[in-house]
Amino acid sequence: MPNPLLEVNGLKKYFDIRGGVFGRKVGDVKAVDDISFTVMEGEILGIVGESGCGKSTAGKAILRLIEPTAGTVRFEDKDLTELNAEEMRKLRHNMQIIFQDPYASLNPRHTVEKIISEPLKVHGMTSAAERKKRVQELLETVGLSAYQASRYPHQFSGGQRQRIGIARALANNPKLIICDEPVSALDVSVQSQILNLMEELRDKFQLTYVFIAHDLSVVKHISDRVGVMYLGRMVELTTKEKLYEEPKHPYTQALLSAVPEPDPDVVKERVILQGDVPSPENPPAGCAFHTRCPMAMDICKELRPQFEEIEDNHFVACHLYGDAQ
Amino acid sequence: MSDQETVLEMNDLHTHFFTDSGEIPAVDGVSLRVNKGEVVGIVGESGCGKSVASLSIMQLVPSPPGRIVDGDIQFKGENLATATEKRMRKIRGNEISMIFQEPMTSLDPLFTIGNQMEEAIRIHQKISKKEARTKAADMLKQVGIPRAEAILDEHPHQLSGGMRQRVMIAMAMSCDPELLIADEPTTALDVTIQAQILDLMRKLNKENDTAILLITHDLGVVAEICDRVVVMYAGQVVEEGTAREILKDPKHPYSQGLIRSLPKLREREQKLYSIPGTVPKPKMGRVGCRFADRCPFAFDRCYEETPSLIQLNNQRTSRCFLYDKEAQEDAESPVGS
Repeated sequence: MPNPLLEVNGLKKYFDIRGGVFGRKVGDVKAVDDISFTVMEGEILGIVGESGCGKSTAGKAILRLIEPTAGTVRFEDKDLTELNAEEMRKLRHNMQIIFQDPYASLNPRHTVEKIISEPLKVHGMTSAAERKKRVQELLETVGLSAYQASRYPHQFSGGQRQRIGIARALANNPKLIICDEPVSALDVSVQSQILNLMEELRDKFQLTYVFIAHDLSVVKHISDRVGVMYLGRMVELTTKEKLYEEPKHPYTQALLSAVPEPDPDVVKERVILQGDVPSPENPPAGCAFHTRCPMAMDICKELRPQFEEIEDNHFVACHLYGDAQ
Repeated sequence: MSDQETVLEMNDLHTHFFTDSGEIPAVDGVSLRVNKGEVVGIVGESGCGKSVASLSIMQLVPSPPGRIVDGDIQFKGENLATATEKRMRKIRGNEISMIFQEPMTSLDPLFTIGNQMEEAIRIHQKISKKEARTKAADMLKQVGIPRAEAILDEHPHQLSGGMRQRVMIAMAMSCDPELLIADEPTTALDVTIQAQILDLMRKLNKENDTAILLITHDLGVVAEICDRVVVMYAGQVVEEGTAREILKDPKHPYSQGLIRSLPKLREREQKLYSIPGTVPKPKMGRVGCRFADRCPFAFDRCYEETPSLIQLNNQRTSRCFLYDKEAQEDAESPVGS
C-alpha cells in the first residue's frame, strides 16, 4: 500500500482586489476555494478544468510559489504552510514544477548548461566538474545530446525546450513534480513524445506527478486518478476509469461530452452548456455550477454541496448524490 | 459531388517569404477546392503553411516579406492572387470573411462592439447608421448572444472569450459572405465554449449555405464539423479526402502518424505512438519526399524523387510513393516488362 506523499487540506487562495483612492481592499477573487485531495507516492494525479478554474493557482499554492490564504499542505511528514522561508528553500529540491510555456520559462541569456546546473548549485553541488557531468547525464535522460549543453534556448524547438525544462526539474532528484500544462503549447506529434518521456521518467525515478491540464484526453492518458475543478472548487475526484466511464457530477458530464473526438463513428449525447463560467470574484451562492447546470434544484442555489466520498474512492460535490436529496 | 458549384479554387499556389536568410517557401504548391455549402478543413502542425495559405486567399500575407510567386486563386471567375487592393477591399468582409484564433486581439479595444460592427456593415452596404445598428443587433441575436442591444454599447474587454468569438462570427457573417475562412477559431477557447462555437458554425453553414474553410490542428474539431479534409505538411498538401476517410483510413504515413499519436478518450493504450524527429524547415529546391526522414516506410525512391499527389479515387489523393507502386504495376503489366 503506497503512502500518501502530498496531502492538501482545505487549500484556499484569495487574491485581493484593491480599488478606490486609498487602494483599499474592495473584494477578493476566490481563485482556489477550499480544495482537498491526497496524492499517493508514485501516483499521477491529473487536475482538469477550464481556464480560470484555479488549477494553476492550486499547483503554485501547493509549492508556496504563491502563498496560500488558508489550508494545510502536508508533504511527507511536514506541513509546508508552517515552514519558514529557509526551511522551505531546503525542502524545495524534493518538489519541482514544469511550466506550460517552454519559451518563457527558460532564461534566453543562459546556456542550457547554466539553466540546468543552477538548481544543482543552489542545493549544494559545489564542484563544477560534477555539475557538468550531471547536466550531461540529465540531457541524455530527457533525450537530448550532451553536446547541446552549450547552446541557448532559442536554438531549440518547442518540444526540445520542454525537455530542457524537464531536465531542470529532474536535476535534484525530486519526489514530486507539478506539471502545469506541460504539453499544451506543443503540436500533436511532439506532445506524444513528451507524454511518453514523462511516463518513462516516472517509472525510472519513481516520481509522483500532479498533472494540471485542460485537455481531457491528455489527462486521461497519463493520470491514475483525475480531479475536476470548477470555479476554484474541486467538483469530482476519482480514478480515471470511473471518471471517464461514469462521471457523476453534471459538470464533468458536460465537459466530457464537449470534447470533440477524432472518430466520426462516435455518436455522443452532447450536453451543450449555456453561458459562460461566472466570475470567481463573485461566485454564485450555493453550488458554483448551479447557474449552468441542467439538473439544478432549489437547494443548489442556497447550500454549497460537500465534497464527499459517495462510492469507494469517488468524491463528488453535488446535491444529487448527497443526503440532502 | 463533383458537379457542385465551386466557390473557391486554389491552383498550385506558392507563397514565399523573402528574408535576410533567403527565400522561404511557406506554401509550396497548394491546390484545393471549396464547394458551395461545404466545410473544408485544412489540418497540419505549426509551420506547415496552413495559415499562410488561408491568408493568401485574402491577400493578407504581410508584404514584404511575403509574396504570392505563382499559382492562382479562383473565386467566382476572378483571380484573387492578382486582384488589386481596391478590389480586395470590396471582397474582404463582404464576399469572403475571416475569423481568427485570438478573439482578444482581433477586436479594437477602443471602440464599442456596435461601432465596429456598424463600420463593417456600412462599408459594404449602403444603409443608414440606424439600419446598420438594427442589423448588427440581429446578427448578435443570431449567434446566440443574450441582451444583444446592450452588448452593442459595450467594449470588447467587457466580454468573455467565447462571447468575443461570437461577436467576430457575427461580424464576419453580417454581409452574408459566400465563404467564411476560420483560422483556428476555437483554439483559444475552453472545450465547453468550443462546443458552443462549433455548434453555431454548423448552424450557420446549414442555414445560410455558407461555405467554410476551417484551419485547425485539432482532429477532433475536424471530426465534428468538416465534410472534406486537406492534410498539409511542410508547405504541401499530403493527403485529401472526406473527413471520414482521413480519420478512419488515413493513407499517407504522416496522417497515419498524426492520428495515432493522439491520446484517445475512449481507448486505453499503454504507450502513445509518436512520429520520430521534427518538422523540417522549409527551404528552396528540396528534392525527395519531405516526410521521408520521419517516415517508417521510406525507401530509396523517397529520397531521390519528389512525389506528386496521387489520385486514389474520386475525391482521394495522397502524396506518397507507396500508392504509386500500384499505379505503376497496373501501367507496366500490359506492356509486359
